[in-house]
Amino acid sequence: MEFTHMVINEIVRAGNLVPILTRKLPKDVEIKGYTIPAGWYLVVDQTVPHFDPNSFDEPFALNPWRWEFFSFIMDGEDDASNPMMEEMYANGIGGVDETPSSSSSTTTRKNRPIISGEQLDIEAYAGLYTGRTKIMRLIFIADHCDNPGMQLEALRMAYEEIKKGENTQLFREAVQKIDGRLGPNYMMDASWCTMIDKKAEQRKEKLENELNAYRTNLIKESIRMGYNDFGDFYYAHGALGDAFKSYVRTRDYCTTSKHIIQMCLSAIHVSIEMGQFTHVTSYVSKAEQTPEALDPPTVAKLRCAAGLAHLEAKKYKLAARKFLEVGPELGNSYSDVIAPQDVATYGGLCALASFDRTELKASILPLFPSLLLNLPNKVIDNINFRNFLELVPEVRELINDFYSSHYASCLEYLGNLRSNLLLDIHLHDHVGTLYDQIRNKALIQYTHPFVSVDMRMMADAFKTSVAGLEKELEALITDNQIQARIDSHNKILYARHADQRNATFQRVLQTGNEFDKDVRAMLLRANLLKHDYNVRASRKL
Amino acid sequence: MLGSLSNKIEACTAGPVTKEQASTFALIIARFISSCVADQIRLAPDKFISVCKRFKDQVLLLEEPLHGVAPMLTAIRKLQSSTEHLTTLHPEFLLLCLLAKCYRTGLSILEEDIFEVDQPRDLFLYCYYGGMICVGQKRFQKALELLHNVVTAPMSTINAIAVEAYKKYILVSLILHGQFSTSLPKYASSVAQRNLKNLCQPYVELANSYNNGKVADLETYVKANEEKFQSDNNLGLVKQVISSMYKRNIQRLTQTYLTLSLHDIANTVQLNSPKEAEMHVLQMIQDGEIYATINQKDGMVRFLEDPEQYKTCEMIERIDSSIQRLMTLSKKLTVMDELMSCDPLYLAKAGRERQRLDFDDFDTVPQKY
Repeated sequence: MEFTHMVINEIVRAGNLVPILTRKLPKDVEIKGYTIPAGWYLVVDQTVPHFDPNSFDEPFALNPWRWEFFSFIMDGEDDASNPMMEEMYANGIGGVDETPSSSSSTTTRKNRPIISGEQLDIEAYAGLYTGRTKIMRLIFIADHCDNPGMQLEALRMAYEEIKKGENTQLFREAVQKIDGRLGPNYMMDASWCTMIDKKAEQRKEKLENELNAYRTNLIKESIRMGYNDFGDFYYAHGALGDAFKSYVRTRDYCTTSKHIIQMCLSAIHVSIEMGQFTHVTSYVSKAEQTPEALDPPTVAKLRCAAGLAHLEAKKYKLAARKFLEVGPELGNSYSDVIAPQDVATYGGLCALASFDRTELKASILPLFPSLLLNLPNKVIDNINFRNFLELVPEVRELINDFYSSHYASCLEYLGNLRSNLLLDIHLHDHVGTLYDQIRNKALIQYTHPFVSVDMRMMADAFKTSVAGLEKELEALITDNQIQARIDSHNKILYARHADQRNATFQRVLQTGNEFDKDVRAMLLRANLLKHDYNVRASRKL
Repeated sequence: MLGSLSNKIEACTAGPVTKEQASTFALIIARFISSCVADQIRLAPDKFISVCKRFKDQVLLLEEPLHGVAPMLTAIRKLQSSTEHLTTLHPEFLLLCLLAKCYRTGLSILEEDIFEVDQPRDLFLYCYYGGMICVGQKRFQKALELLHNVVTAPMSTINAIAVEAYKKYILVSLILHGQFSTSLPKYASSVAQRNLKNLCQPYVELANSYNNGKVADLETYVKANEEKFQSDNNLGLVKQVISSMYKRNIQRLTQTYLTLSLHDIANTVQLNSPKEAEMHVLQMIQDGEIYATINQKDGMVRFLEDPEQYKTCEMIERIDSSIQRLMTLSKKLTVMDELMSCDPLYLAKAGRERQRLDFDDFDTVPQKY
């Protein structure tokens, strides 16, 4: 595939189908001392940069291999916008008289679909999702973001997305949230609402009539389809509860396991939207019990759903396992629920927070060939997850650092990610706990191999003050997670090895005392009860 | 002799008694108690008990409980058939001990295990007074045990003794273990489980605020509810609870730290000054509650491990004695079990249930005749 891409790129470069582009300037642009006023039309000659020797060696030779270096960037970015191409236009500006590039391409659009350390790029983020979840995620961002610019941006996109659908209820909410801040284009559109509502009425009537007809005819498949349509209809209009009921009703009319799986997937989808994760778990297990083998994308979807359900239930370990099992077939097929990037982030964080070292070794380490040198080859079985991690280099680096014990940079990555993770609809409630767990694990792992640790060095490694570190260690020791004691005078942490013999003696004596106490109390109570019996017996007489 | 004495006393004390009369009576009875023969008394225990109760009343009337302690102890010894027998005189004796503040004498009685009980009320009072005496002697372990007996004793209706005992039980448990779980063990009577908590609300809240681990909160809570504790006569214990919290916090430090400056101790335990912290640590070292050395030059405390190595003869003797004790106890348990399985009432009940089952079994079998 990669080579094909290169060939296509090269052909497009050499024999361009679109020789010129025209753009209208939205504002004044100054280039090389010339000011081009807003409203002017620009004509961009694309062939000029394509044959610019500054950008390409031997521009008139047809050589697909020149694209090899760029090929990895284009992976997974099959959409038209290609950052390298735009980059080249920008480079080519100097050689063109008519100031070829439009302003939109001079500012190279950041198209990496990544939750990066910088501020969240809402457009890129929203591009990962489709359907209702996109709207919900955007609204969630708007609700939880302090930055008014970002808030409005999110709301604007949500507004546009809702307009494409038929959910008037959501529309009203969004408009209320926008509150006129986005100008007259984003006000309440009452006529649209009434139109949609009217349409919905009609459609509902039609569906009802159809369903009744099917039911009188007793054709199972038709009834199923009827209910399914109803589910889709309700879902589109935001009546999630009704949608769920309709989908579940199709169950009685399922004839093949394919139908059942379809039913389960729809039900799972709606319950995720509703936040009813107990339903999710039960329908995932139902879908997995179907006798026929499931096709890989479905399996991947089910794993994602199960992972989400576990995450929501704070069972991070199970969630991590499920996310790690997600196959690469998922791709963008489940973008109305979860993006592959999310799988990597959720899975990576949950695994870091909950897996112990050996488990991590078995499940995540194979993702890093550089660390694999001294491991048996058969462990390399988790290539799937590696593909996901490639999508989110931050998380990949994070896990890598955690492994090679570069805790400072690991924690730094975490810190950078934090603000963006807090804007994630599913992860929001769990970021704090997960972070605490990861940090604690890092601390424990750091102290584990040593008999004594200089706390100053340790504080350096964790980029914190000695006093702060002391507090954290104290909490962990009290929690019995680290067996050590702190020499606060010399700032050294000493590992503590419990004396088994003494501990056993202590326990024996304690158990003896407790038994003694319990037996005596029991005998006493028994005697009292006997007395009670006697009283009753005498009363009877 | 006993009969005539008791009649005479009853006749004399029926009306109001002057102090001189009371003192002569008390003297006579005390003499009688010390000189009478045990076997004879046991033939008429009711009479003897009523005489002793009168005696107690007289002594209390004279406001000289100390005079009653020794004769009462003799009376108990003469009346009881074995040391395991709880007589009605036990609580009276403990009450006298409490009032006379001679706790040590009381402890000698409390150290004997009690298994046979005549009246449940005796046991309740015995354990309650006993708990108070043990608290007075700072033997919290024993006190907790006694109070626990009261709280978990079978009862059909809630009684004031149990409620008061539960209040003290909460406080002692906080002092001893530093924690308190509001749920009673499941062998406690349902009445107790349902009602005790509601009747002792301020104490349960005290325990909750203790569990939060903040001394300041605890102190403000105690201040706010001082009157309630005062009216229950538990204010002293509550104050001990507060000071036990400091101790508990210091003890927790020994688990985490090897050395710690007095200044830091004062900070973490929320004491006002390093000096105060030093006093606390010193006191605890003296009481053997922690093992530590204080270096006054640079104000550091060095916490040590428990020096007990479990290698000495004394330790082995201690273990041996407790093994012996446990063996006798479990023998008793077996005897009890056997008695229980021979008890006609129990057999009747168990048999009835069995019969019902058998009846069902036989029902499906066709009758032959």
